[in-house]
Amino acid sequence: MAEKVVNIEMINPENLVYQKTKVLNDNVMHYCPGCGHGTAHRIIAEVIEEMDIQSEIIGIAPVGCSVLMYNYFNVDMQEAAHGRAPAVATAVKRLWPDKFVFTYQGDGDLAAIGTAETIHACNRGENITMFFINNGIYGMTGGQMAPTTLEGMRSSTSPYGRDISMMGNPLKMTELVAQLPGTCYVTRQAVHTPSNVRKTKKAVRKALEYQQKNMGTSFIEIVSNCNSGWKMAPVESNNWMVENMFPFFPLGDIKVPDEE
Amino acid sequence: MAKVKGTIVVDIEKCKGCEICISACPTSVISMSVEVNGKGYPYAYLNDPDGCTGCSNCAIVCPDGVITVYRKKIG
Repeated sequence: MAEKVVNIEMINPENLVYQKTKVLNDNVMHYCPGCGHGTAHRIIAEVIEEMDIQSEIIGIAPVGCSVLMYNYFNVDMQEAAHGRAPAVATAVKRLWPDKFVFTYQGDGDLAAIGTAETIHACNRGENITMFFINNGIYGMTGGQMAPTTLEGMRSSTSPYGRDISMMGNPLKMTELVAQLPGTCYVTRQAVHTPSNVRKTKKAVRKALEYQQKNMGTSFIEIVSNCNSGWKMAPVESNNWMVENMFPFFPLGDIKVPDEE
Repeated sequence: MAKVKGTIVVDIEKCKGCEICISACPTSVISMSVEVNGKGYPYAYLNDPDGCTGCSNCAIVCPDGVITVYRKKIG
């Protein structure tokens, strides 16, 4: 293996410009190669490290691919029943108003079984930060059709493509919660390129800062790939996501607080 | 103008060979190995040590955070 290590003389701490954050532990993530969950985890952990709130933050884990996310974060985490992360986060935040609280959910969790909890937590303006990973499919259970599956998109329960007349329309959760008065910051981002990762990281930081100022619910959707569920190679699935997901789920801020 | 030179260190056993770093690299100096790691994945390595500028683009898109980046000014 040693022949693959090059420029050995440069490898010392004074030249270090980037390394994995200490807020994530050394466990190997169980996610498929190329999955956006890993990048999203790392961005959140980096922001926690930069803001120095590792002992002040409590995360709520969902049910879905990221059900084991508490194995990777060196912060306090609580597992919630399927879809109920916003409800658990509400309780945690009300008991410890001084702590930072975030939920991290996929589209099967947040947009299907947890729609009621999501909408009501946002409508009450609970002072929490919600991360919504949207890959248009139920990843963990085998690629079934989710509420966010695009029209014509193939999944294991819509093998001929989603038929709108029979299976209904895809759901835009982010636009839905943006119109609620309780939300302060609603945005849609992605993590497939370096520039998108940097933008998403800024959005995560803003969301946690708004939480610090008690401004209401902040909601960040991260459009992600599911290369196993989509039956594609990782880079190919990112390209497919750019071509097909982004026209329906356009990136950018949907709601920003007035003070800016 | 001072030149910068960089290098990356890949945690070989944690790399899953997704190749997202290859498409993110602006100077195209990352390749996939022919041999595989303990889990059976090919892993990323720096194939051209002189081409790396230490921009960290590969590291920030790596889903598993296996890349560590070093950068040094030369001259």
